[in-house]
Amino acid sequence: MNEQRVLEEVISIVKPFVKNQEALSSIGPETSILKDLKVNSARLVDIVLELEDRFDIEVRDEDADNVRTIGDAVQLILASKS
Amino acid sequence: MADAIRVVVTGLGVLAPNAHGAAAFADALRAGRSGIRRQARLAELGFGCQVGGIPQLTDELVEAYFRPDERFAMNTNMIYAGIAALDAWQDAGLPRPLADEDRVDWDSGAIFGTGIGGIDTVAEKLVPKTDAGKVSRLGSSMVEQVMSSGNSARVAGLLGLGNRVSTNSSACNTGTEAVIEAFHHLRAGRAERMLAGGSEGHSHYIWAGFDAMKVLARGSNDAPERASRPMSASASGFVPSSGAAALVLETLASAERRGARVYAEIVGGAVNCGGQRMGGSMTAPNPEGVRRCIREAVAMAEISPASIDAINGHLTATIADPLEVQNWAAALELPAGKLPLLHATKSLIGHALGAAGALECAATVLEIAGGFVHGSLNCDDLHPQLRAFADSVVHRTREVPDLKLMAKASFGFGDVNGCVIFRRFDG
Repeated sequence: MNEQRVLEEVISIVKPFVKNQEALSSIGPETSILKDLKVNSARLVDIVLELEDRFDIEVRDEDADNVRTIGDAVQLILASKS
Repeated sequence: MADAIRVVVTGLGVLAPNAHGAAAFADALRAGRSGIRRQARLAELGFGCQVGGIPQLTDELVEAYFRPDERFAMNTNMIYAGIAALDAWQDAGLPRPLADEDRVDWDSGAIFGTGIGGIDTVAEKLVPKTDAGKVSRLGSSMVEQVMSSGNSARVAGLLGLGNRVSTNSSACNTGTEAVIEAFHHLRAGRAERMLAGGSEGHSHYIWAGFDAMKVLARGSNDAPERASRPMSASASGFVPSSGAAALVLETLASAERRGARVYAEIVGGAVNCGGQRMGGSMTAPNPEGVRRCIREAVAMAEISPASIDAINGHLTATIADPLEVQNWAAALELPAGKLPLLHATKSLIGHALGAAGALECAATVLEIAGGFVHGSLNCDDLHPQLRAFADSVVHRTREVPDLKLMAKASFGFGDVNGCVIFRRFDG
């Protein structure tokens, strides 16, 4: 699975939950979902559900807890698909 | 009473079946424009009543009001409440706080009621997924949409409110009670501003119960705008509707400090219950309870009953209408020919349940401020028991330049009552 494609999909999934719209212009693998994008922590559940649906994977709660950056989400997806 | 805190209305937000916005609502009331339309879904499902009132909203409009992360967890009830609240706040000349602005308005609160609440979320998302064993697929937004306080909680976040924030609920009296509770909160010196309102969604799940009770109008499905007929001989039940309204109530001192425009003053407000005895039941009012409520509001306003210029009634187009008018006459101790002008906003917008009292209080405020009483549609065939009061019934909109005092009341399931006295603000 193409890593760049996955990155773009992850960004599009996270985008509707971003409160800090300015941070979207410099979004990348290092961007922290909670700290930089100011996504409401309650909505991480919904982002994970959308990732599961979009990439047809199942994410365990423990793995979801370790996703802090956009890059973490990308790596999680790549690992699930391999 | 010289030192009593004076409470005025400085902003209005209206999302009604016949108009969006206070000015548009005033126009629609004046013009006698009905918001009742045929509702195909009700027909498909075999409802007896196949007409209803639903505000006309587009996706574009909703997107203009709320960010995607806000809309994500807002059902219809909350969207209605949010729009009305934001509109009222802006109408009052108050700025909408920025989301990342770290400031709370400790002197402003909200009492925003609903009769049923987020039943659409419950029926369409919560129940099916839970029963299918798919609880983890529900996502994070269920609780805030199904909790009864969903609308007031969402409004508080939109406006950064830091005083009392709660959702009241008293069936058809909800919106009127919100205004009265907010009025008393301000009079007690507990806040400077209170957003008082009510919202109700349009889910057929809300309306089904009323249809099953046979209290909805079922004789005018082919003529929606003639279906809501308060005070008429051919009234056969109420027309269900939905929407929201919000009133910014403010202490006069606060309004003067910031040079706010004042629509009207609230000079009296009372709520009570008839105990479901002495003729009252869960669904029918105890006449004595109704009369006591009206009298208490009038006494608080320190006015003579004869000085009331107009009544915006509860008047739903059920068999209770004639009894309501008799209760008004008895409470005000006025003979039939001397009753104030009488009209029913529900004739234009139907019965919006938890939003009704708020929409109708907003209508009353617009009438007082604009010096008019809107026509009560569809009662040219006045109910025989109301013939004695015929001179009071306003059929076509009337300009009333010296309109000074109006009484607004709602009477709800549970035998609960509310009455507010509005006075024109002259300074």
